[in-house]
Order: sequence, then structure tokens, then C-alpha cells
Amino acid sequence: MKHARVLYQGTTLDATESDGQLLLADGRLVPFDAVTWLPPLAPTPRPRTILALGLNYADHAKELEFKAPDEPLVFLKGESALTGHRQVTKRPDGVEFMHYECELTVVIGRTTKNVKRANAYDHVGGYTVANDYAIRDYLENWYRPNLRVKNRDATTPLGPWRVDAADMPNPMALALHTTVNGKVTQSGNTRDMIFDVPFLIEYFSSFMTLQPGDLILTGTPDGVVDCRAGDVIITEIEGIGALVNTIQQSLTPI
Amino acid sequence: MNLNTLGTVYGTLLNFRSEVQAWAPRMNEAPYKSPPRAPILYIKPANTWSQDGAAIAVPARAPQVEIGATIAMVMQAPGVIGGYRLMNDLSLPHASFFRPPVKFKCVDGFLGVGDTLVQAGPAVDPSKFVLEVRINDELKQAVKFSGLVRDAKQLLADVSEFMTLDAGDALMLGCDVLPQGGRPLARVGDRIEISAPGFGTLTNTLVVQAL
Repeated sequence: MKHARVLYQGTTLDATESDGQLLLADGRLVPFDAVTWLPPLAPTPRPRTILALGLNYADHAKELEFKAPDEPLVFLKGESALTGHRQVTKRPDGVEFMHYECELTVVIGRTTKNVKRANAYDHVGGYTVANDYAIRDYLENWYRPNLRVKNRDATTPLGPWRVDAADMPNPMALALHTTVNGKVTQSGNTRDMIFDVPFLIEYFSSFMTLQPGDLILTGTPDGVVDCRAGDVIITEIEGIGALVNTIQQSLTPI
Repeated sequence: MNLNTLGTVYGTLLNFRSEVQAWAPRMNEAPYKSPPRAPILYIKPANTWSQDGAAIAVPARAPQVEIGATIAMVMQAPGVIGGYRLMNDLSLPHASFFRPPVKFKCVDGFLGVGDTLVQAGPAVDPSKFVLEVRINDELKQAVKFSGLVRDAKQLLADVSEFMTLDAGDALMLGCDVLPQGGRPLARVGDRIEISAPGFGTLTNTLVVQAL
């Protein structure tokens, strides 16, 4: 099943996909364009932990002239970085290189601590699509990628759907595509991840406990290009959905 | 305190002048190549939060942990500091600041959170904050927040240039180094107390991680 979370007539509601429309939790059926899309996540009692991978596809690692890492390169995000489907993300004034990153995102389904690879999928609740924008002008070699690059407000669109893990029998063989204004600029497949989903769950849960609703953004393949104001970026993953975002020029710092 | 009232907790690297001085000779070398420009932050996620008085389990792989004794500003609303709180930001020792320190800083329980919220107000000047760190009653470190690179107000302004701190979010002001360099180290069995005038004492004890 495909789950969404939407704002409709001033109320935040869970919803599911139903024959090309949204079936709201209160029983109403509404078209996709009648709602404001939020990240497709249930609220959590504490801020969700958002782990994001860098350099997790062999081809992307090559593109950026890095050797493939021997352990995951991971950074964290705060929830204020997230936004929903069909929202805008701001490009700060004067930057030279802001790029999308289409990423398979794991939504943890239950408390996950010291889980071994063989049981890792039991802890996945579902999957969604993230577009983990980076503004490379702000890269510094201190805790790189630093938060100024990766944790700006609303620079990580997520959605539109959260697809139940039960409906995704092989998350490690999904085609990814990104288009900029309709032109394909990024193509890849989750089978090319350096550290796959079961590895990542075992690795993170060996030192930190993950809770339901926590996220792992699993990195992006080759093919990132600069995005300009007005560009419509669609990051799509097979079997999950197509996440639409529009770049807007920002005249303020954020 | 009720830890469910906390929002995202951010930490700040290299925000004490003495730590910057200690690092200065290396800042222009690889892999850093230049001193930091904007504030360098990290996140202490919810799995790291420990109550005052809680035992904190140390992974078997770590003979010692570093104590990052600090004070965090806690937001009342975006741009508005509601108050200040002691924090014990533990880390597994790591020599490099090149990559995000997730496996060193995001270990379960590795952030002690003080009970007392000192309300912000005209009479409260964070540059006058001082704290002391004791391990098993022995004084190990005295920190003066007059030694910050960016004081609380400047830090908030510079961070707000690129992200919004929402109500409940916390931003640690930074962790100082010892006069001889490095941070105080503790090991299993140690009782760590961080105290500051007006804040009371934040106490956490290190215990061996159960298998």
C-alpha cells in the first residue's frame, strides 16, 4: 500500500493511494492536486533520526574523484531539512552549484538494536524517495559534508509515498531516474550501492538504536547537475513513486 | 526532565578560542586545507539522550570516552532563546574532524542532559557562564564561556543564516580543551559531574555495556 500524509482544508491527515486519487483517513476521496503534500511519515514522540549516506554508489564515488569508502560515509539531518512532494526548495542567491540527489530512503519499522544482516529487512517499515539537495559552494572539510551544505531548511524533499516493505520484495534492484525540466539527467539502480540496506541496518544498529520512523537515505548514483531557479526536478524510484520539486531563487540567506 | 520536550540537539565544533589555537597549525593542511568559515555543527540524535543521574553504557571497543562539558541554548521559538541547559556531550576519541563523527558521537546514551533550564533574560549573559567538570569528585576542567569564538548570540545568528532552529531545538555552545590539549577522559566506573552556578549539577556514571 502507498501511504501519504497531507494537509487538506487546514487539517493534517494520513492518506493512501486509491486508483489515482487520495483516500483520506476520514474517508473522503480527493485528487492529488487538492492537497499540500507533507513528508509521508507518522509523527514520532522524539525528533526522528535521519541518517544520510554519501558516496554510496560506485559510479558516484568515481565521479567525485573519491575512492570508494571502506566504511559508510554518513551524516545526520534535522527534521527542519525535510519537505513534501510538490514543494519548493530554495537556491540561495549567488551560489554556483546546487544539485539534487535521488535516494532510496528506508523508513525504520520497529526498534532496531544490534540487528544482524540476515534479519535486517524485518526492521524496515517501508520505503520512500528523497531528493537530498546539496549546495556545493558551502562545502568545507570539517565534518564534511557540513550541515550548511546538507541541512538547510526544506532542502530534502521526501515522498510522495511511503510504500510498505511487504510490497517491495527486492529493494536492492530498483531503477532510479532524475529529470530536470523533463530531461533525464540521472539514471541508476539500487543494485549498485556499495553498502546495501541490510549492511547499513546492521552497521548503524551496532552502535545506535533506531526507532520507528527513523530514516536512512541511502545515497545517490552518478549524474548530478546544477539546478537553477524555476527548474522542476523529478526524482523517481521504480515501484515507489516520482517526487516533484521546484527550485526557487532565494533573496534571503535561507 | 521530560526528554520528549527536546527538539533536535545540535553541537558546535571548534567554538572555543583555545581549541582553535590548538588546531591552528593543522588547519591549512590536508584534509582540511583551510580554517572553518561558517559554524561546523553536528547532531546528537534522540538515541543519545540520557537523563541526569542515568548510567551511560560504554561500548566494549572504547577504553575511554571524551567528556564534552557544555551549555546549550534551548529555543523558545525561531530566533528566540528560551534558556540554557547543561549538557555532557560524550564522544569516543577521534583524531580527525574531516568526516561527520556519527559513530563516535551518536552512541546510545552519549548525551547527558541537565535538568535545570536557566531562563534567558536581560540578567543572563551566557558569556559569563562558567562550569566545572569532576570525575569521581576530582576537579578535571574549568570552562569559561567568555572564551567562545562566537558568543551565543553570534552563533545563533550565523547558524540561522543557513537553517532554522525551531522551538525545543538545542544548540550546544561548544566544548573547550584542557590547558594541555584534548578533553577530559573517563572510563567505565567513573562518575562524571558537570556543575555550573545556577544550573546545579548534571551527573552521569559510566557503566560497561551489557552484551
